[in-house]
Amino acid sequence: MKIADKKALKRESIIQTALQLFSTNGFHRTTIPDIASKLQMSVGNLYNYFSSKDLLAQEIIKYTSEALGEKIRVVNMSEASAEEKIHQIVTIYFTMAKEKPEMIEYFLRVYLSNREVFSDGCEGMVCVSGFITEIMIFFDDCVSSGELRNQDFFSAFGLFMGYLGGMVFLKGEEVLPKEIEFYIDDISRNIYNALKA
Amino acid sequence: MASSTKPKLLWLQAITCNGNTHSFLNHPDLFSLLSHFEIVHHPALEGSYSMEDVISRAVPCDILILEGSFREEGFMKGGVEVSSLVHTYAQKAKTIISAGTCATFGGIFKQNDPKHISGFCFDLEEKTSRYETYASKFISLPGCPIHPRWMGYVLLMLANGKKIAIDNLHRPVELYGYTVHTGCTRNEYFEWKIDTKNFGLKEGCLFYEQGCQGPYTRGSCNKILWNDVSSKTRAGIPCFGCTEPHFPQTALFKTQTNMGIPAKMPLGVPRRAYLTLTGVVKSFKIKRFSERLLEYDR
Repeated sequence: MKIADKKALKRESIIQTALQLFSTNGFHRTTIPDIASKLQMSVGNLYNYFSSKDLLAQEIIKYTSEALGEKIRVVNMSEASAEEKIHQIVTIYFTMAKEKPEMIEYFLRVYLSNREVFSDGCEGMVCVSGFITEIMIFFDDCVSSGELRNQDFFSAFGLFMGYLGGMVFLKGEEVLPKEIEFYIDDISRNIYNALKA
Repeated sequence: MASSTKPKLLWLQAITCNGNTHSFLNHPDLFSLLSHFEIVHHPALEGSYSMEDVISRAVPCDILILEGSFREEGFMKGGVEVSSLVHTYAQKAKTIISAGTCATFGGIFKQNDPKHISGFCFDLEEKTSRYETYASKFISLPGCPIHPRWMGYVLLMLANGKKIAIDNLHRPVELYGYTVHTGCTRNEYFEWKIDTKNFGLKEGCLFYEQGCQGPYTRGSCNKILWNDVSSKTRAGIPCFGCTEPHFPQTALFKTQTNMGIPAKMPLGVPRRAYLTLTGVVKSFKIKRFSERLLEYDR
């Protein structure tokens, strides 16, 4: 394996470990030595990859946004109807919330809750564009095909992603009486009914 | 009449509003330009032959300029089918230039009878049955109307025996290799995705709300200015895409959007790339672009 490949792998493992720790223990309660210790690497070496905790936090939000965006991209490339695509996106989001809860938790509990960490370098949508771009393409396609009603982007985006984020937040708070996948069908239908042409 | 050795230029009109004829007359160096040619016939300038001579098919022709939409049957002038006249001189000519969008793609007059009316060699962007016969000597100059300097460029290249590089729709790449967006004074606002708030303002880009088609319309309106002074977008009016095969369209003053996303992307730009960039730049508020140009830094 080339040195560059090894470094890329190491970089990703730092991101994944930090993601886990930030999501579970909170951003401020997690230190760089905590992350280095879990990875069995020296603090100094970790700083070779990320020069600050804030920078690491910013890279993680880009990483999670890209990961979610790639999955939605597959949906966008398919020939499915708008109704089916909504169901698929809801399934992707809730499955990720269940199988890799740290990915969504990070967004809700670190990214949205510690805006000062992201104010310089992750302004607005800069670090979540991997995900936002695919949602834009989804809306654009479904309006072009006449399946969804044309409206302001944010009124549709808020309805869709605010709904999903809210459900995952409730899951994280352990107030949902049922497993999150139980809600996929109803929520997909609700979103479709609200947005359809 | 003594025959000149200059290339013989014949300007013929089919179904037209005369817009290209009149636009060409605005060329600031018109007479110097035309001194390279013998005008055998022109609808508005003095020529060496009358329209009757043209109809009698007796007129020599090296360069044929066609203005107006074309139909094979049913458009008469002076008691003859214009199409038969055009074919006669098109065969004689060494170069054929379609002046304007009507002669090139069908344009506005095509709307009257889309099935039978088209451009001479193109029907929208499809080749007509005439294409194969004339393609080797055909130059497209779409525009509604054409810019006088675009015609001037082509004529001077021909007068000097220069080869004119053309694209797949036979448009000179020197003129149509650009988009109207190139050279627009609003490009900084386009880069930062800032709309203009109204028509006629100096500030803001017209692409996002006001219907500007400049980013996907081929033409050099912002490189070779109109009347050497300005352009639609510089004056605060959207580009209507008048050089494009599907001109005219409707709702020219409103950008078609899907949930706020422009329905048409800038020429050759993948939608995913455009939207990624949009999401990023819209995250920043640049003070200079949120203020009136003439008031900033005062």
